[in-house]
Amino acid sequence: MSGWTPAGVLGAGLQVAMVVAGAPLLLGAMRQVRARLEGRAGAGIGQPWRDLRKLTRKEPIRPRGTTEVFRAAPVLLVATTLVVAAVGPFLTTSSPLDRVADLFAVVALLTLGTVALALAGLDTGTAFGGMGASREMTIAALVEPTLLVAIFALSVRVGSTNLGAIVTSTLHDPGRVISPVSLLAAVALLVAITAETGRLPVDNPATHLELTMVHEAMVLEYAGPDLALVELASAMRLAVFLGLLANLFVPWGIATGAGVAALLPAMVAFAGKVTLLGVALAAGEVFLAKLRLFRVPELLAGSFVLALLAVAASFFLA
Amino acid sequence: MSVAAAAMGLAMAVAAVAAVAAVITPASRRQPVVGVATAVAGAAGLVSGVAAMAGSGYSVALPWLLPLSGLAFAIDPLGGLFVAVVGGVAVVTAVYGIGYRGHGLGSRAVQASFPLFIGAMLLVPAAASAGTFLVCWELMSLASLVLVVTEHRHQPRVAQAGLWYAVMSQLGLVAILIGLLVFAAHAPDDGFGSLRAAAEQLPPAARGVVFGATLAGFAAKAGIVPLHAWLPRAHPEAPSHVSALMSAAMVSLGGYGIVRVGFDLLGDPGRWWWLLVLALGAGSAVYGILQAAVHTDLKRLLAYSTTENMGLVLVGIGAAGMFASAGARVLAGLALAAALLHVINHAAFKALLFLAAGSVLRATGTRDLDALGGLRSGMPVTTALFGIGALAASALPPGTAFVSEWLLLQSLVHGLPAAGTATAVTMPVAVAAVALTAGLAVATFVKAFGVGFLAKARSPAAAAATESPPTMLAGMAAAAAACAGLALLPALLLPAVGHAVAAADAGAADPAVRSAVSLRLVGVAGSLSPLLLATALLAAAAAVLITVRLVARRAGRVAPLWDCGGGPLTARMEYTATSFAEPLQRVFDDVLRPELDVDVSHHAESRYLVAAVEYRRRVPDPIEQRLYRPVLAAVAWWGSAGRRLAPGSVHRYLGYGFYGVTALLVVLAVTR
Repeated sequence: MSGWTPAGVLGAGLQVAMVVAGAPLLLGAMRQVRARLEGRAGAGIGQPWRDLRKLTRKEPIRPRGTTEVFRAAPVLLVATTLVVAAVGPFLTTSSPLDRVADLFAVVALLTLGTVALALAGLDTGTAFGGMGASREMTIAALVEPTLLVAIFALSVRVGSTNLGAIVTSTLHDPGRVISPVSLLAAVALLVAITAETGRLPVDNPATHLELTMVHEAMVLEYAGPDLALVELASAMRLAVFLGLLANLFVPWGIATGAGVAALLPAMVAFAGKVTLLGVALAAGEVFLAKLRLFRVPELLAGSFVLALLAVAASFFLA
Repeated sequence: MSVAAAAMGLAMAVAAVAAVAAVITPASRRQPVVGVATAVAGAAGLVSGVAAMAGSGYSVALPWLLPLSGLAFAIDPLGGLFVAVVGGVAVVTAVYGIGYRGHGLGSRAVQASFPLFIGAMLLVPAAASAGTFLVCWELMSLASLVLVVTEHRHQPRVAQAGLWYAVMSQLGLVAILIGLLVFAAHAPDDGFGSLRAAAEQLPPAARGVVFGATLAGFAAKAGIVPLHAWLPRAHPEAPSHVSALMSAAMVSLGGYGIVRVGFDLLGDPGRWWWLLVLALGAGSAVYGILQAAVHTDLKRLLAYSTTENMGLVLVGIGAAGMFASAGARVLAGLALAAALLHVINHAAFKALLFLAAGSVLRATGTRDLDALGGLRSGMPVTTALFGIGALAASALPPGTAFVSEWLLLQSLVHGLPAAGTATAVTMPVAVAAVALTAGLAVATFVKAFGVGFLAKARSPAAAAATESPPTMLAGMAAAAAACAGLALLPALLLPAVGHAVAAADAGAADPAVRSAVSLRLVGVAGSLSPLLLATALLAAAAAVLITVRLVARRAGRVAPLWDCGGGPLTARMEYTATSFAEPLQRVFDDVLRPELDVDVSHHAESRYLVAAVEYRRRVPDPIEQRLYRPVLAAVAWWGSAGRRLAPGSVHRYLGYGFYGVTALLVVLAVTR
């Protein structure tokens, strides 16, 4: 599960391509499900891609008084997500970059993207930018313990935090999927991921109301191609997080060996799993209202306790 | 004579020359002369430390130099690591100090104390007997005290900070003294070799006293909660390069002391002591970074961050001790290597951050983040360097602290199956503490960098800031280069850290495979390649940029910020550091206990119209309030109660003498 095998390189490349191309479609599907459940017609699955095309054709605008940080943030945000898409076990466990980064590094890379955007929000010097950055960093700081302890729970029984190793070990021992450790960790991770990707009930991606905005407040000054990058990156982050969640707990379908042929079913399986998760998430969101910002820590504390229970279970049930 | 010994001798000689030169050179040339000489001494120290880590040890006994005990020095890879850290920090701070002018900074006493301080710090890890260690330790404390109170004539707060520092460092010395004396009483003499040999026969109670007392002293020096009270006072008030020296080098010697006494001399003080070390570390890490997250004084924020990082070091040391006493030597080696690597990393980025803070202080005259901002245009180099330091401090790839925290997390994660129930309960909590610390550190440094350096200037002083002189920039740039090297190529350094771990007799010698690009752990599964990760990030960013260039072809333009149609935005509308941290402050309300004052004044015509709202917030240190105030009050009460015994009457004093002698005679007559 290491080295530069052709299947590994091809798999990693396909992962990146699938995440980039599929993420806006995933977002479109989620919006469509939501629209239908709320009794609207919806704009169609391809709408996010059409939005991106429209944005890239617009004039790039640089707000006066902003620095390099503001201009570099969207690029860095996309770049971190691309690296995670290449490293993660989405289509194949033998990505040549598997040894470069483990689960801790993946989480830290995604946080790096968040930080870049928060700094850009502060860089504008507007009240909205600062507000979004402040809220985003608060949430990010509180999500970190849940994420890392959940990773702890997953990696303890494998003896490694490397993504490929975790996925492979679950493949070899299917009984683990329904163990309490897995279930508790999955729920904890799900809560953490909704917070990290700015979904309901932590943040409402459709809001533009100043009292409730988190992510949208940070990126308010972006326009044109920069905004397209930010939008693409948030869709990709959602896809990457859901893909991680899917493959860490239900890895079937993923290509493990050196065969190139296994990649095709892996692509189908990955797309199916992530779409299913995304649709479920969207359907769930219909029934949720956004939490007050200061109730979010309670939610995250709850998920942290679940993660801690998962670790305890992994020790005492072992 | 080995390279390490020769370089150490040279460092001492040059430091002494620098101290003498500070006294005799005229004021106009004093700072350049002392700065250059001290930098040479620091470089010699660095060479000595690196040589010692590579295996060139030495030992020297100088029985004639000090009456009664004499002085003895020896340097092994463990001491060498700390000598190298001190030497490296000394170089960058000395270069920086050449151009750093301020109130009272050019005076003879201050300029002479600077090389003495560095000399003493270089000797502490090289001391090979309890007596030598204590002498060097005390010399270090005294020299740093002189430096802390440099500006006491101009600011009353400086004198108060100096008092806190003096009292706490002396009490710490007393604790270490007690511990080492109890230890030495069970050995033929106070040399570290004899102590090591005597540790086997040490009774358990004495073992506990030795470790407990020295732990208290070293923790006070390392700024570990609850003995941290001096640190957020002394570091901000000291001149910035002295803060850098104290925070990056001196404070980590507390960690050195714990490793030296706990692992090397005592062998193993017992698992519960290590658990205490780990708990103290985890508590300090979370508490320190929480305070840093809500403070708006840039240097105070950095000082609290030092408490946090020393806490992480102690988590590593405590975990290493627990593993070692459970017999898991590979994990112990890994945890201790993580702690020692974090010492090195912390030295690099904290030196850089304090020096950059000093640069800001010189240019604007304020340390208050709420009055800063917009420094990018006036101080581009300082802004970029502080940005590198902030990335290095916030445990994100490709940053410096990320590597050592990754190693620390690896050792904790793999520690769960290693030993009994105590470990099973401790490790997840420790991981959670480290994770919360990492998350809050990110928020803290986003605040420090984003509010302090980006956006619009919040005061005229910040708007008029100009870049620092080249020597200051050179010092900072050297520290930034060290940060980058440590972040990208830690694999080159880890074998040497492995030697230090082996010298501490804690675990396997080599925690990571020797490979220039990736860290691969030995004995446990885990790998990371900071260099390839950074390369992948760069490649991805380049790909994104090229794609954007190809797809988006229209020319850009500059436009005003969106102001909601309400006229031009002013700096008063920006988020400040206080408002940035407000959500975190609310979330951790119960721990921080902020004091809030909101005064609303109404218009005369109607009380429904608000004329002004005044919001004041103070975040006093709750541990100081709860723990120190009662003790200080009790001491003050004791003092005033004792005053009644001394009314000034000579007859009464003679009476005391008479009754005292009589009582003594009675006691002797009865007991013998």
